[in-house]
Amino acid sequence: MDIDPDDVFRDDDDPEDEFHQERDATKEMLVYLVDASPKMFSTTFPSEDQKDVSHFQIAVRSIAQSLKTQIINRSYDEVAICFFNTREKKNLQDLNGVYVFNVPEREDLDRPTARLIKEFDRIEESFDKQIGSKYGILPGTRDNSLYNAFWAAQAILRKGSAKTADKRILLFTNEDDPFGNMKGVTKMDMMRTTLQRAKDAQDLGILIELLPLSRPDEDFNMSTFYAELLGLEGNDLAEFKALIGERFEDMKDQLRKRIFRKRKVRRINFIIAGGISIELNTYALVRPTNPGAITWLDSVTNLPIKAERSFFCSDTGALLQEPPKLFQTYKNENIMFSANELSEIKRVSTGHLRLLGFKPLSCLKDYHNLRPSTFVFPSDEEVIGSTCIFIALHRSMLRLKRFAVAFYGSSTHPQLVALVAQDEIVSTSGQIEPPGMHMIYLPYSDDIRPVEELHTDTNPMAPRATEDQIKSASLLVKRVDLKNFSVCQFANPALQRHYAVLQALALDEDEMPDTKDETLPDEEGLARPGIVKALEEFKLSVYGENFEEENDLMNNEKTSEASKKRKAIAENATKEYANYDWLDLADNGKLKELTVVELKYYLTRHNLPVTGKKEALISRILTHMGK
Amino acid sequence: MLLVHLYSMSLEGLVLVLDVGPSMHALLPEIEKVCSMLVQKKLIYNKYDEVGVVVFGTADTKNDLTVEVGGYENVMVLRDVKVVDGDLIEAVQQLPRGSAHGDFLDAIVVGMDMLIKKYGPTNKGKKRLCLITNALTPIKDPYEGSKEDQVNTVAAQMMTHGMKMDCIIIRANQDWGVRKEIVKENDFLLDVFSTRSSSKKVYVESATSLLGALRTRNISPVTIYRGDFELSSKLKIKVWIYKKTSEEKFPSLKKYSDKAPPTDKFATHEIKVDYEYKSIEDPNRVVPPEQRIKGYRYGPQVVPISSAEWEAVKFKPEKGVKLLGFTDVSNIMRQYYMRDVNIFIAEPGNTKATLAVSALARAMKDMDKVAIIRCVWRQGQANVVVGVLTPNVSEKDNIPDSFYFNVLPFAEDVREFQFPSFSNLPPSVQPNEQQQQAADKLVQMLELAPSGKEEALQPNLTPNPVLERYYRSLELKSKDPDAAIPPLDETLRKITEPDAELLYQNRAVIEEFRTSFELKENPKLKKSSRRVLREKPSGSSEEGEGVSDVGQAMDAIEYTSNVKVGKIGDSNPVQDFEAMISRRDSPQWITKAIQSMKDKIFDLVENSFEGDTYEKALECLGALRKGCILEQEPKQFNDFLHHLHKFCQEKNLSSFSEYLMSHEMMLISKNEAPESDVPEHEARLLTVKKEPKAEQDPETVPLDVGRL
Repeated sequence: MDIDPDDVFRDDDDPEDEFHQERDATKEMLVYLVDASPKMFSTTFPSEDQKDVSHFQIAVRSIAQSLKTQIINRSYDEVAICFFNTREKKNLQDLNGVYVFNVPEREDLDRPTARLIKEFDRIEESFDKQIGSKYGILPGTRDNSLYNAFWAAQAILRKGSAKTADKRILLFTNEDDPFGNMKGVTKMDMMRTTLQRAKDAQDLGILIELLPLSRPDEDFNMSTFYAELLGLEGNDLAEFKALIGERFEDMKDQLRKRIFRKRKVRRINFIIAGGISIELNTYALVRPTNPGAITWLDSVTNLPIKAERSFFCSDTGALLQEPPKLFQTYKNENIMFSANELSEIKRVSTGHLRLLGFKPLSCLKDYHNLRPSTFVFPSDEEVIGSTCIFIALHRSMLRLKRFAVAFYGSSTHPQLVALVAQDEIVSTSGQIEPPGMHMIYLPYSDDIRPVEELHTDTNPMAPRATEDQIKSASLLVKRVDLKNFSVCQFANPALQRHYAVLQALALDEDEMPDTKDETLPDEEGLARPGIVKALEEFKLSVYGENFEEENDLMNNEKTSEASKKRKAIAENATKEYANYDWLDLADNGKLKELTVVELKYYLTRHNLPVTGKKEALISRILTHMGK
Repeated sequence: MLLVHLYSMSLEGLVLVLDVGPSMHALLPEIEKVCSMLVQKKLIYNKYDEVGVVVFGTADTKNDLTVEVGGYENVMVLRDVKVVDGDLIEAVQQLPRGSAHGDFLDAIVVGMDMLIKKYGPTNKGKKRLCLITNALTPIKDPYEGSKEDQVNTVAAQMMTHGMKMDCIIIRANQDWGVRKEIVKENDFLLDVFSTRSSSKKVYVESATSLLGALRTRNISPVTIYRGDFELSSKLKIKVWIYKKTSEEKFPSLKKYSDKAPPTDKFATHEIKVDYEYKSIEDPNRVVPPEQRIKGYRYGPQVVPISSAEWEAVKFKPEKGVKLLGFTDVSNIMRQYYMRDVNIFIAEPGNTKATLAVSALARAMKDMDKVAIIRCVWRQGQANVVVGVLTPNVSEKDNIPDSFYFNVLPFAEDVREFQFPSFSNLPPSVQPNEQQQQAADKLVQMLELAPSGKEEALQPNLTPNPVLERYYRSLELKSKDPDAAIPPLDETLRKITEPDAELLYQNRAVIEEFRTSFELKENPKLKKSSRRVLREKPSGSSEEGEGVSDVGQAMDAIEYTSNVKVGKIGDSNPVQDFEAMISRRDSPQWITKAIQSMKDKIFDLVENSFEGDTYEKALECLGALRKGCILEQEPKQFNDFLHHLHKFCQEKNLSSFSEYLMSHEMMLISKNEAPESDVPEHEARLLTVKKEPKAEQDPETVPLDVGRL
């Protein structure tokens, strides 16, 4: 990785990188295999803007959305988009009824590019003209579009080794009986060859996943064909759910959740008591997404450059290798520590999670937080019985409203954690909260600041709201209610902007796109008479009649105070400024002999910024003088 | 001049007022630890701060007031208020053990007097007293008025001089017997302090929380935002926003350069880092820093954008804090809190704003509501933050109500992974009724917050064990640069490990839990990929060890490097060796201990400079000899001693041989260990005669020089 001193986005203080980025041992290669048969277009749903949406549209919109997420989060993964049951054909083997969608300067299976995203966004309009829909398994022909689709997808995924990449085919279809038109031996034969084709792919390490689109009134019957193709039996089959939704939004949510594979961060050992220790996997379900690392380029060639770091001895100027020892100045001495000693200090426990006991949930305060939480889910992969113990504890903790306190002895950041049990929450759009426990990193006393006491009132009694004031506040709270608020319903406007700009620049577009800031208050809603009234009443009960005047008064006092100060500084600077021959100092290179305070006289006098290091100040002065 | 002024403004003057009376003796080691940590942090982060120390409960009396006005007995000024230094650490690490009953009010007054004499009316708000006592002895009756009046007067004085006081009151056990009345009275009097002055009172019941109760580092709080909290465009509340939690990071050490000549007294030993930028295509071509341009990845492309260009198009929100609305507290799950926490307080001194915050906070609390807000802390900030305000209704009359603020994730920050429903999992992993009961009991009984007692491991009272260990190590190294890293303090082990007493009390519950569930290795898994079970303690094996072993079984998994000595260090080789050879968790430790000790002795002898390590080597050799006799390994020692002699002769270290002779280091004889083949009369002879055996056949010597 490049070393970059100016990288503003990197968190230097946190060596534990897994915290911000999941470790990805392998990259993923994914083929979206989309059924384009007429049936995909004929089944429709009402959507929020009252327009009907077809299964095909649901599929392509979900893919378009996931491509955008992917280019931000996981741009090293490779994707291909392949339609089957098409009128036109475009694929390496020249198979009928299969169309591989692509854009120039990109292999069929490749990282998503700005252009791919842009063109794919228009697929709904261009599809009919360019690709066209036509069911490919018809009596009287030997064509088998599903067979061809698997074959084409497998050929696309031939790239790269299965060891270094996860290979997946994600099949979108609403046809549970693809060979329904066929009869007798031909049908048997076609089914057999198709299943064999799929099995061949699976034997090569390719995972085939099905996203069956369905409607509440029409069951997607897995057992007709797909159960066998996916190798589902018994329990697994019963659990496998088709995507059913009344509304487009529900379907889209379900698809979005199923397109991305979950990746665990690591496996840990949870030591409970009496020698019992179970196996848990940890997952990073919430982590801040940053605008990605900066890659420095040579502005002349636009080619990437790398930073090389070298160490110099401050005393002798000698070039050093990576220094082995670190030191802290303490009692006027340099106390040395080796890297090993420092990690020994941090090793206060083994790298596992160790139960210390339980507390009622009320002991977990809102300020007991430092970093995003980590999700834990049991695994029986190594130790059979872990899941059973976990479920039992999970239920007890939910029922008794208690959380566990444990010590997580990671090597860089050993910390006390709270394990909070979360029950599963399911809605029409699928699972909203998975069942499991969230590991919340607790602060130590060293990390908590007693700010409340800072402004302890000089009176024994600080001002407290009266019952009436609380009542009017209650009315306000009731009025300004965000009914269906869900955490993370807002897109990050800065990030949206960042990527919209990047996309525009990547495609050489002249016009900068507009992005919407969803985080602004709902002015329209706040202007509703009921809310305006509640606000007015609250204001009246707390501030009385003279809110504006008082506020203005305070503002005036403040501004006048601040401006007085500014004025005094400026006056002083002007006075002092006259004591120097600035041109002469500059010409003779003597500016550097002045103090920063002295340099600021010049800057203040000429209304220039006064921030920065001494060198910056001097160069600013010289620039201003035109030198 | 201005600079100097600002400087002195930020200095803290602190007097530690410590109870060292008889009932405090058991806790003094912990108090010594926490006070030296405080001084150490000051030496690093606030080295111009000034600290004085007053102890009370001593037989002796030594303070200004007793001389000036009389009284104030059993109060000793250990150190006047002056700049922190190494001597102060020594002083707080060796607190006297007093034999008299102390009067905490006398001691407070002595401490105040020291601060007043030192600073006069200056340094307001930066003068602090820190009282640590168990308040089990009564204060003296005043000449006139009641005790309460007296406390009131002192508290008023504190206010006028702008002093703050932290009281840490230790309640180690609740069994006061006859002292109940005294305790009650003292509690009441200390309460007067906290309502009448800027005092804070904390009760601690365990040594661990005592270590966490004293704020060892004073960080002056800085607001991250001052301005309007907009409920709407027409209604704005003036607020100040601070950080409520912020991780105290592990100190960042500087890289050390040893290039400066040892004679250079002024060498900084620091290292400068230089960056050079090179083209990846042509590594010989250096690109000057100003010729660089930032590029952002977008898929396979890197899009170059100059800072100016970026400035023109980037997202530029206006500074401000705006309400989006209120929602049910159940809508915001705890796991979505993203960062460290901020606190919103009404602008100090602004009564109306304080009332507005108070009214909203109390209304929200009553209704189980939270507020969702959007924040841009400063102008020019390139992003917005959406988060949740939760009410913090004050329990203390003189502290205003406030809000806590937690950052919530954006859509991009959340990964919606799907996990199987527990109810859909196969019946084999579903706990049965009996198992569920065992789990219920465990969750109920391993109680960290018992009613009527202190909640264990409260974040507010739990110190960071890593930092404590670092500072202790720093102090040790300042005395001996080779000092090994000390093991984790016993008191702090309560943070990283379960409380042995709690486990013992609940041994039946734990045993029931253990026997209710079955854990086994997955037989399908390849051997090489097994990892988890190896670390499992023996306690989980099927035989089911006695319940009393629970604690030990827990211990066996941890600390191969610290608690159980696994190697022989530099500072205490003899102890390490003894600890290692007496380990019973594996028979290999004996061999390992003996071998490590041999290596250590060779090291010492070989690296000696004019015999400076001989004494230590002799000690080690003595320990090794003893160990070998105890463990019936005489041959190990005898062969080694022969070998050592030979080694000394080869390396011109015969001075060590002579040293051993003069200290009568002998082989182990048959009398001492039956397995020895050295008769008693020969044991001493080794050192005088040349050892022919070793010379003839070096191969038989177990220790090969080449291996050293």
